[in-house]
Amino acid sequence: MTTAEATRMREHIAVRRLTKRYGTDVTALEAIDLAVAEGELVAIVGPSGCGKSTLLRILAGLMPPTEGEAHLGGTSIDGPRRDIGVVFQTPVLFPWRTVLDNALLPVDVQKLGRERMRATAMDLLKLVGLQGFEHHLPNQLSGGMQQRAALVRALIHDPSVLLMDEPFGALDAMTREQMNLELQRIWMERQKTIVFVTHSVGEAVFLADRVIVMSPRPGRIVDTLDVEFPRPRPLSLMNTEAFGVHVSRIRQALNATGGLE
Amino acid sequence: MSPTLRLLLMAAILAAWEAAARLLHVPAYILPPPSAVAVGFYRGISSGLYAEHIWITMLETFLGFAFGAAAGFGLGTFVALSRRFEYYLYPIIVMFQSMPKVALAPLIIVWFGLDLTSKVINASLVCFFPLMVNTIAGLRAADEDRISLMRSLAASNAQIFWMLRLPGALPSIFAGLEIAMIFALIGAIVAEFVGAQAGLGMLIQSMNFSMDVAGQFSVLFILSLIGLTLNTVVAAVRKRVVFWDQPNQDARPGGKS
Repeated sequence: MTTAEATRMREHIAVRRLTKRYGTDVTALEAIDLAVAEGELVAIVGPSGCGKSTLLRILAGLMPPTEGEAHLGGTSIDGPRRDIGVVFQTPVLFPWRTVLDNALLPVDVQKLGRERMRATAMDLLKLVGLQGFEHHLPNQLSGGMQQRAALVRALIHDPSVLLMDEPFGALDAMTREQMNLELQRIWMERQKTIVFVTHSVGEAVFLADRVIVMSPRPGRIVDTLDVEFPRPRPLSLMNTEAFGVHVSRIRQALNATGGLE
Repeated sequence: MSPTLRLLLMAAILAAWEAAARLLHVPAYILPPPSAVAVGFYRGISSGLYAEHIWITMLETFLGFAFGAAAGFGLGTFVALSRRFEYYLYPIIVMFQSMPKVALAPLIIVWFGLDLTSKVINASLVCFFPLMVNTIAGLRAADEDRISLMRSLAASNAQIFWMLRLPGALPSIFAGLEIAMIFALIGAIVAEFVGAQAGLGMLIQSMNFSMDVAGQFSVLFILSLIGLTLNTVVAAVRKRVVFWDQPNQDARPGGKS
């Protein structure tokens, strides 16, 4: 990565004065300003109800904002787009499709040519350690393996942006750390712009170039923190003092909003 | 769980029935012993009498099932996908359903005559509702996250239907088909009772008039065999089509989730 300033010049995702209200009295997001550079990995942390998932759904084009605007690659986001890959908290695999067919779902939907993309899918499955499981059904896989398959599905159509909504939140701690390492490896290899929503401060600091801290009801950005540890970051980084400093600063920001007790 | 024991139990029940009918001197026109039923069964089969009626009833059942299932699936799909369709037509369909279809059979006979057509129509009327209800429930049960995923891929509504809603509804649809298959048989028999020139229902009626109770029992036995066979066939097809939704799922490599 070049310096944070230089990368911010090339805004890949640009969100300006974005507000989302449900009905008249629930404000999920208020006046969010956010710029994500191309190839940047931004983590958004915040307590439940801070609207971080709402923000992600707006970026994915799944719901419109009430006010303000969101741009991706210079064009306004006014509906689902093909250059976005989304990973949800649960794997959301289709039980009647094999792992390979699940990975090829975007190919089928966007008619990209199954035969041509098959090799890509096999490569990606190998990348996440699922070789040999192509023809298994999802219910024959563990939760971690299912989420890996979901990651392959999000990557298959080679989107420039990955939106991840607490993707590892449902996994046990050890599987989760493993997945963090793998995500970092894939991100370094594939140069994607990633917006990663999580409620784990440690996960955010470990993965991100920049951590955005949000407050609950209404969701606002209360702090932004650049994380400049060299990559690839090893898991042992989490035990260092510098890592702890980052984590405690984010916790303070969260505490100030009444987010954590 | 022993298959031998299961067969022994059946044999014991038949033996008790035989003994009771003989020792208590129950008249054959009230309750014939199983041996008499077996003789009646053999006579009906060997003379070729049953084969003809079995064929007729099966044909009525299958055609009725085919039309009823197609209508149930079609209407169910429209109701599940279109609010407008549901608002205007669903109350009519439910009112129609709450009417006992058995009571409708005489009218159907008057309208469509004594031969095949009226039986097929009655069978399809009886069997379409369970499939429609299950189709609606299955199509509506599509998981919100899966729909979000499809939308995030810019999938069209048609793609969401064919790739997500329909396969997701198949377990429920097949549960409906299993019921509909048996209902179609009931519908065909009821219509035959009311007025027919052939079929197992008509056969039971005519045997009743001639006091051939053993014969009636043998036809009942055939009917239960047909019902069992139809159910097994649908269950077997279900197992092939809905291969991912089997009761026992084990063998998870890589530990638990």
